[in-house]
Amino acid sequence: MPTVDYQLKITHTEAERQLGICNSCRYCEGYCAAFQGLTRHRSFDVSTVSHLANLCHNCRACYYACQYTAPHEFNLNIPALLANYRAQSWEEHIRPQVVTRAMQQRVWPYLLLLLIFIIVFSAGLGAPWLSDLPFYQSISHNVMVALFLPLFVLPLLAVAAGVRSYWKSIGGSKPRISDIAQAFASAATLRQLSGGQGQGCNYEATERYSFARRIAHQLTMYGFLVCFLSTSTATLYHYILDYPAPYPFFSVPKLLGVGGGIMLTVGCTLLLYLKRKADPTLGSEKRTAAEYTFTSLLLLVGLSGLLLYWFKGSLLAGAMLIIHLALVAVFFVAIPYSKMSHGFFRLAALSREAQLKS
Amino acid sequence: MLQSIKTIQPRDELITPGAGDFLADVIVVGGGNAALCAAITAAEAGVSVALLERAPIPYRGGNSRHTRNFRCSHADDLGVLSGTYDSDEFYQDLLRVTKGNTDESLAKHVISNASDSYRWMAEHGVIFQPSLSGTLSLSRTNAFFLGGGKALVNAYYQRCEDLGIKIYYNTTVLDLHIVDGKCDGILADIDGTQAYLRGGNYVIASGGFESDKDWLAEAWGEAARNFLIRGTPYNRGEVLKQLIAYGADAIGDPTQCHAVAIDGRAPEYDGGIVTRLDCVPFAVVLNKHGQRFYDEGEDVWPKRYAIWGRLVAAQPDQVAYAIIDEKSSDLFMPSVFPAVRANTLHELCQALGLPAEQALATIETFNKACQSGDFHPTELDGLTTQGLSPDKTNWARPIDSGPFYGYELRPGVTFTYLGVNVDKTAQITFNGKPSVNLFAAGEIMAGNILGEGYLAGFGMTIGTVFGRIAGHEAAQKTLQNANS
Repeated sequence: MPTVDYQLKITHTEAERQLGICNSCRYCEGYCAAFQGLTRHRSFDVSTVSHLANLCHNCRACYYACQYTAPHEFNLNIPALLANYRAQSWEEHIRPQVVTRAMQQRVWPYLLLLLIFIIVFSAGLGAPWLSDLPFYQSISHNVMVALFLPLFVLPLLAVAAGVRSYWKSIGGSKPRISDIAQAFASAATLRQLSGGQGQGCNYEATERYSFARRIAHQLTMYGFLVCFLSTSTATLYHYILDYPAPYPFFSVPKLLGVGGGIMLTVGCTLLLYLKRKADPTLGSEKRTAAEYTFTSLLLLVGLSGLLLYWFKGSLLAGAMLIIHLALVAVFFVAIPYSKMSHGFFRLAALSREAQLKS
Repeated sequence: MLQSIKTIQPRDELITPGAGDFLADVIVVGGGNAALCAAITAAEAGVSVALLERAPIPYRGGNSRHTRNFRCSHADDLGVLSGTYDSDEFYQDLLRVTKGNTDESLAKHVISNASDSYRWMAEHGVIFQPSLSGTLSLSRTNAFFLGGGKALVNAYYQRCEDLGIKIYYNTTVLDLHIVDGKCDGILADIDGTQAYLRGGNYVIASGGFESDKDWLAEAWGEAARNFLIRGTPYNRGEVLKQLIAYGADAIGDPTQCHAVAIDGRAPEYDGGIVTRLDCVPFAVVLNKHGQRFYDEGEDVWPKRYAIWGRLVAAQPDQVAYAIIDEKSSDLFMPSVFPAVRANTLHELCQALGLPAEQALATIETFNKACQSGDFHPTELDGLTTQGLSPDKTNWARPIDSGPFYGYELRPGVTFTYLGVNVDKTAQITFNGKPSVNLFAAGEIMAGNILGEGYLAGFGMTIGTVFGRIAGHEAAQKTLQNANS
């Protein structure tokens, strides 16, 4: 029996062994696209496993239904295998690799970045800790744009380059609109977490089925998108309608911001709770701490945004502003290098799967 | 009667009748599909139920954890099953595989209750899915479990927990205390502690004896020690032995087991579905002396894999070697272990440990006997050798284009046929008379219906239908006794 290092990196021989057993069983074919994709192959090279890994949502149905998990001598743990391969594919394709590895596997980069950005906003840009001044009187709109525009665009470029490199590695040809549309439709509903027959997934519920993770993830994802939409609307108001902030509560940016913030905060809290309940050995254990950190970061982005609104007009508003802006900045930097990259790679894998099936 | 059954002596001295703790109205012995169906049905009827499972949690469910589908008659579309598969056709299929060795009334009882059981399964947490890839031939007759048998077993155990059924894992029945067809209690080892457990009615669903190699050797001969057991190591048949020793009517050939040809490198126990090898129809199959012994192309593999278990069992050392070449390497489901691969046949024979000279001569003779013609891997193509004894009558193509691949074949035992006789209410009979409070379901009584051969997914049908009957009857008896 090959020794398996689930801690960080799984040898490819081990991946071939485990997937070979799955391929001669196929009981899990009904669960998700990863198993349907698996049946197209008779052997598994690294790029094939990477592709299957990015189709896997770690729902764990295949693990709890498997007659070959430990203590059986075949010792299958497909969710952990694919979780490791998935993270390895991000670490390989998103550059610089050293940064990706650090942010996939360690907690300290997040804390360091947070410290840096707090210093940038308070000492560097002179935002006061105790101040009841409205937002843009603490830091000017132009300074904000000058800082956040590159903070937003540069990480997205890193993501784009990474996904492009991944797409090539899995043999993707020029994607058609319909392939991409299918991928987005899958992601929009998180169809792969339906369990195949709409029964839900086993993530935290072990041998039972549950919709908790699908709901938590969608609250988080849509909460994030609604927040993003809020900022975008505010930007349009500012530049096109010449209507600068602050906005009243019953305005599009505010309603979206508060609504999205609540969804994001609740969603992330639920995700963290589910992660605590779930079995860490069915994920990439060495990356668990960094995953908790990233989800907590997202939670704090939402929560600090809500608090910023709550503390409006009080002296604590200044401190909340610094903290919120620093958290948002850390989040932007983390987009390509953290767990956040799963979404982009997932869309690529789903597009490739649509391409292969047509 | 087998010697080992005769040697069991009733151990009344261990037990004081009427002593011990009253455990539950219905005690179910066993933890597979039939046991779970019985336990759930009884508990839903309102009686208290305890279930004794010999295995620890990871291996619970007996051989059900290795199953994947349920054969089901249906007059119309039913869930994932489309079209019709009427009871007559089902029964004819059964007659064909058993060569008539079946109890017609029990068989028809199971078949006519199958579709109702399908609905019951779905209501109790089993999720069905359409046929898996490579199993299209079963799409009309067999409903597949999403995730396979262990997912089904998990769903039923959850239901048992929700119903408050007491589940005892790591619990082995040491003795049944049966007098005149009535069971007073069970002496059991629960996680290392012995206890005498009493109930009102008992459902025995503890499987066959296929994992007890001593018993297999006694029944089949010493050759059985070389067999691999495809399923659970926990089906050792003690309860079956005890029932027969205490007077239950035995049924089914005590010397026979159902064995298929599987990958010889499979684990000794519990290899399950993945150890099957589907390459035989495209291969030349040699015994350890390098000689062919049977027509590899007699019929399509789903209709022949079962007889190959016996064919290999009859060869010296119970082993055979299937050899194919490159052009056939992708024509069958992938094997769980990679094939032994070599660039020349000579190297391959050496790697497989075959006597090269004899093996090469056999293959050369075979190659020369191949005829030209059209090859169709998925249907009987009539591409036969000529002048061999035996000939290969379909898919015969010369083994001549390297690289070459070899697989070791061994018999893999699936289940045994010996069981106890039951009536339509699942009551075990003693000298032709129904027991007072003993019921049976699953493999331990399947020999009533499946006297020989096998029909895919039918074991689960028998287990589900009779498990539900046994649970229902045991509960009704309990309720009647309470009222009288």
